[in-house]
Amino acid sequence: MSIQHYQSIFGNAATEVRQFNTLFVIFLVVCAVMYVAVIAFLIAGIARRRRAAEANTVEEGRHHESDPAMRTGLIAWGAVVGTGLVALAIASFVADRSMANAAAHEKLSITVTGNQWWWDVQYNAADNSKMVRTANELHLPVGVPVRIMLKSNDVIHSFWVPSLAGKQDLIPGRDTDITITPQKVGIYRGQCAEYCGAEHAKMALVVDVDSYPDFIKWWQHQLQTAPKPTTPLALAGYNYVTSRNCSACHAIAGTPASATVGPDLTHLASRRTLAASMPMSEGNLYGWVADPQSIKPGTKMPTIGLEPNELHAVVAYLETLK
Amino acid sequence: MTELERVRAEDQRLAKERQRIARDGPKLTGAKLEARLERTWRRPPGILGWLATVDHKEIGRRYIITALLFLALGGMLSLAMRLQLAQPDSNLISPQRYNELFTMHGSTMMFLFAVPVMEGVAVFIIPLMLGTRSTAFPRLNAFSYYMYLFGGLLLWVAFLLNIGPDIGWFAYTPLSGPQFSPGKRADIWAQMITFTEVSALAAAVVLICTILKARAPGMTLARMPLFAWAMLVVAVMIVFSMPSIALCSGMLISDRLVGTQFYNHYEHGDALLWQHLFWFFGHPEVYIIFLPATGFVSVITETFCRRPIFAYPVVVLALISTGILAFGLWVHHMFATGLPRVGYSFYTSASMTVAIPTGLQIFCWLATMWDGRPRFQVPMLYVVGFIVTFVIGGLSGVIIASVPLDLQLHDTYFIVAHFHYVLIGGAVFPLLGILTYWFPKITGRMMSETLGKIGFWMLFLGFQLAFFPMHFAGLLGMPRRVYTYPAGLGLELPNLLSTIGAFVVATAVGLFVVNGLYSLYRGAIAPPNPWEASTLEWATTSPPPPYNFAHVPVVDSKTPLWDAEGELPVVTGLRVDEKETLLTTVVAASPDLREPVPAASLWPLILSIAVAVFFISSIFSPWAVLFGSIPCAIAAAAWFWPKELNRNPEPVIT
Repeated sequence: MSIQHYQSIFGNAATEVRQFNTLFVIFLVVCAVMYVAVIAFLIAGIARRRRAAEANTVEEGRHHESDPAMRTGLIAWGAVVGTGLVALAIASFVADRSMANAAAHEKLSITVTGNQWWWDVQYNAADNSKMVRTANELHLPVGVPVRIMLKSNDVIHSFWVPSLAGKQDLIPGRDTDITITPQKVGIYRGQCAEYCGAEHAKMALVVDVDSYPDFIKWWQHQLQTAPKPTTPLALAGYNYVTSRNCSACHAIAGTPASATVGPDLTHLASRRTLAASMPMSEGNLYGWVADPQSIKPGTKMPTIGLEPNELHAVVAYLETLK
Repeated sequence: MTELERVRAEDQRLAKERQRIARDGPKLTGAKLEARLERTWRRPPGILGWLATVDHKEIGRRYIITALLFLALGGMLSLAMRLQLAQPDSNLISPQRYNELFTMHGSTMMFLFAVPVMEGVAVFIIPLMLGTRSTAFPRLNAFSYYMYLFGGLLLWVAFLLNIGPDIGWFAYTPLSGPQFSPGKRADIWAQMITFTEVSALAAAVVLICTILKARAPGMTLARMPLFAWAMLVVAVMIVFSMPSIALCSGMLISDRLVGTQFYNHYEHGDALLWQHLFWFFGHPEVYIIFLPATGFVSVITETFCRRPIFAYPVVVLALISTGILAFGLWVHHMFATGLPRVGYSFYTSASMTVAIPTGLQIFCWLATMWDGRPRFQVPMLYVVGFIVTFVIGGLSGVIIASVPLDLQLHDTYFIVAHFHYVLIGGAVFPLLGILTYWFPKITGRMMSETLGKIGFWMLFLGFQLAFFPMHFAGLLGMPRRVYTYPAGLGLELPNLLSTIGAFVVATAVGLFVVNGLYSLYRGAIAPPNPWEASTLEWATTSPPPPYNFAHVPVVDSKTPLWDAEGELPVVTGLRVDEKETLLTTVVAASPDLREPVPAASLWPLILSIAVAVFFISSIFSPWAVLFGSIPCAIAAAAWFWPKELNRNPEPVIT
């Protein structure tokens, strides 16, 4: 995956964007032809002024006359513009219909809920024990049509992973959805595309398109509860997280922490990103836990002023949440 | 004496008195007439006279200068944003401040610069172009300016006090609602909108009535200058679109102030209602900015190609059909909201259809150049720059009219590129061209041609450098309204180029201002018709006297100054001891009525202060709606108080 296509509309990684790319090229070609025609006429008009005798100007006393060819030209131009637009409108309509039809046969259903400023992700299954909750990261099996139900808990957001599909808004009080059929294994970045407040710029998500067996393996892993802390430091962190401020918002499966206000932390350390904006790393984890307000000013996670020993412990515990 | 006899005697006395009234005509003409008219029409002395003036030229000038100041302020905000975006992960500006910057930039440019500057130019030039002494309702015109000024001051004072809005110029609910925007930032935005609505509606009424009723005798609708046609269409569009924004911002204020639930889905309101109402106004708004600019292009092309615009009826019909179509495509701003997909196809088709009238207009301008002999002075350069730039924006508009394409491009920098091509290329280029063109008429001096040419090329090239790379930033996945972006997505180069280009553009605009100020004092003195143009504003001195024309001109073609043999024919008989103007019939422009013109008055200013107090205090308490309306009612009553109870030989307005 070249870095340029990580978040580009030319990523070409799903059925939906391949149709987009074809349509885009058609539009681009037609528009380029029109543009060249306009500029050619402009240059011709400017160049012609040198032949003074032909001008229909007030100086010649012929300013109410005009070149008869222009009348024909106007009609022809109207016809060309009209035909071009009709052709483009039909192409657009056909592409739109085929995308809408493709949306009918999904195999996997995921609910993504927008929050200021992170994505709550839930894999739906008929059996409750098979449901998985994670955040800011989607794993999709290649070749399988996936339907993503979109909801919002607060303001309007927009779900957009350019390499995979166009965008779809998440609107409070309305249910929307989008269907994606990934065609290429890889990692794709997306981010919120509707201005949603202070940290709109830092509301990204990562989509990991896996082979089907890898995807099932990932799902199985996500179903496990968090491992028990094994070192004294991690145990101290566990105690802090489950008994103090953290558990007021976050859930960690298999522990008393079960609030759903913030992202689920059960497999936090296995994710690619942290806080919907930065790569997962020990350094970033330290920074984020110590002072989220300086890293993402305005985020709903407060800076609580941990003592150094508490900070070490919390980070050590979070790093065990693979 | 019976009652009937007394009335007859009174009538006879009035008839005699009427004959003694001084009027322009063969007996009263030349310098004597001009001195007499000057006495009648000049504005009252002193600062109060300055505040009370109803002269459309002074109001138009104030409109233009105020709007250009807001352009400068809005431009500075964009430079701050470009500095922040010059590098990835930059920490120059905090997210909160950045969000205020783009909100202020959009709101200032749309509501305080683009629309008012078009109204200002029109208020200045339309009466001159139509050959009349004044706009219709000159006091309403003054009121409109003061409302605009106070609305702009509200927004900018709030920003300087750090309570400026941070909700985007589009203020989508629920982000702008009481739950997610506590404090007063959103209220200030919404009330600024209310000010500009009132102002724009007042200006629209003034323009419609002036254009339909105050044209010179003989200037039938079919001979009216294309700029007047453009402003007529625009003014009607303002009348139909402003109620929609009044409704949606009014409901937002009421949700925030008194707890109504129009946009709250938990109480069966709807967040999307805002978007429908906002864009039903917001899309026509774009054409309200663009159509006057097409009028400018027609004016400049005609003068500098030395012939009338090719296929005048086609251009007029293009203006009207664009004005109508503008109301049928608001949903193309909402393709990602999950509305029924088949319905979207209608809006795709409607959006593409706009390209037909616009395409025809472009053909007409190019055919005019083909047929004529273009002179490449600064205004004409801006027209060429307009065509080269605007057509790119128009074609990218066709691309994003397609639903599948828009779902990718919507809310990305591709859109930012698109509408800056349309608004700067399509409206600001012609505006700077026309300001250069009408500068001698406004100030009496010519702008420097050399500085103007340097400025044009800097602006044109700087603009392309600033905005063309934004198409690529959008295609590479950069959404709008982000205060930063991560390194490694390929966004570094386009953003750096855009920042450099933005500074070139700012320098070019600065050069335009320098040119204007320099020329104001040192420019060559302008003759009445420096460009040898064809329309009536050039039939009077530069700058025009307060009464515009000594005698009202009569026209019998689209290009009167090119077609008149010798002196322009005139009509006479308007009184000169009171301000009086001639009204003509709507279609044929045959003389209809003599209309008294109101004298200067402080009441428009006093009423607008009362309304400003009402609007601003209602941000803080619903009771202000009750108590604030009392001073408004008093001021309005005083404004409209009948002054003259005795019969007059001819009614006058004092």
